[in-house]
Amino acid sequence: MLQSPAALTAPLMAVRLLITRDLMLAFRRPEQLLHPLAFFVLVTTLFVVSESPERATLRLIAPGVLWVAALLAALLALDFLFRDDAQDGTLEQYALSGQSLTWLLLGKTAAHWLLTGVPLALMAPLMGYALGVPASASVGIMLTVALGCLALSFIGSIGAALTLGARRGGVLLSILILPLAAPILIFGSQATELAIRGERYLAPMELLGAIVVLSFTLAPLAAAAAVRISLE
Amino acid sequence: MSGSILNAENLHLWRAERHVLKGINLTVNGGELLQLTGANGAGKTTLLRALCGLNHLEEGRVFWNRRDVREDREGFHAALVYLGHEPPLKPDLSGAENLRFWTGMRRSVSRTAIHEALVTTGAGEFGTRAVRTLSAGQRRRVALAALLLAAVPLWLLDEPTTNLDSDGQELMATLLDAHLASGGLAIAAVHHRLAIEPARVRELNLLA
Repeated sequence: MLQSPAALTAPLMAVRLLITRDLMLAFRRPEQLLHPLAFFVLVTTLFVVSESPERATLRLIAPGVLWVAALLAALLALDFLFRDDAQDGTLEQYALSGQSLTWLLLGKTAAHWLLTGVPLALMAPLMGYALGVPASASVGIMLTVALGCLALSFIGSIGAALTLGARRGGVLLSILILPLAAPILIFGSQATELAIRGERYLAPMELLGAIVVLSFTLAPLAAAAAVRISLE
Repeated sequence: MSGSILNAENLHLWRAERHVLKGINLTVNGGELLQLTGANGAGKTTLLRALCGLNHLEEGRVFWNRRDVREDREGFHAALVYLGHEPPLKPDLSGAENLRFWTGMRRSVSRTAIHEALVTTGAGEFGTRAVRTLSAGQRRRVALAALLLAAVPLWLLDEPTTNLDSDGQELMATLLDAHLASGGLAIAAVHHRLAIEPARVRELNLLA
């Protein structure tokens, strides 16, 4: 369906406003921002403590550890994606705002990535350093984790919307989303491994990018449908 | 705004085994208030939510200006404001900030317009305090400002005077009067009838 530019600016304004509001809320109440980050740091540190202190061994497992920890941390945060809005009734108001709910949820998910995915990506090279990864791989690690978290945020938005009705949605959400997140984990850790070895990591990055595009286009539609059901 | 009309035909809705809405028909013209009365659990809230599309109807159709609302859901939503039991406000934002984001999603509003609306609903003094620190009645006044800012023809109100003091109840009546006089429509679920000019008011009693 083709839309005129005027028909597009209204939802884009609403999306911008929504992202501004979520960033503002996150900085007024920073726990939700810090919890996933703290979890990520804890899990990776535990590996450093429990594995043999040889740098070669640590470096070998570094991509897997970084990715599993980042994935679980991001998953932890996903449970809160729509929950607050559902509880205080703002989610209802999105559905009645006269704007497309799909666009608004796209905005919510983008804000969620800015608040969890980006901080995790910035922290990842630091934790990589603790696992014996050379500093030269920092940019590669940051890019792959940021892209992977973006895909996970979008795919996870479907799960977060579907589990809104469940009283304890967290575990259910993980069970729903982890199988779908497996390709992100595979390509992401592969890209990170190539980056650590100093090789070109463009090929797995492109596949990650493809997952992002696919989830970006389809997930908000599915999430909007699930949110409408949860409002009943 | 005048000349707007809302019709509903033969609305049926089931909640699990319970038949909540049993063939409801209603018409509200511009300038009219429809008061929904009935005992607790009679389905007043359900009817309001079904009219705006939050609850799914098993049967029946809703028309806005003689067009089935399912043909243009977003256009219908742009013409209405629904205010439920709890004002949809973020506790960590101030009243004015809440209104900026809530109303801003519909149309752009200036800071002065928000301030004026808050003053009109008697929330001018506490409009800049975090909603977390406000009493239930004060929150309700902030939410009423959203009704004014939205500037839409159709108000759907669920117990609009809950938590309001006697001044607040009068204010609600004044706001409604002005809204109806300008050709707006309103449907309100109420326990205590609102003090509105009787010629403008009709009543629908739901039986449990």
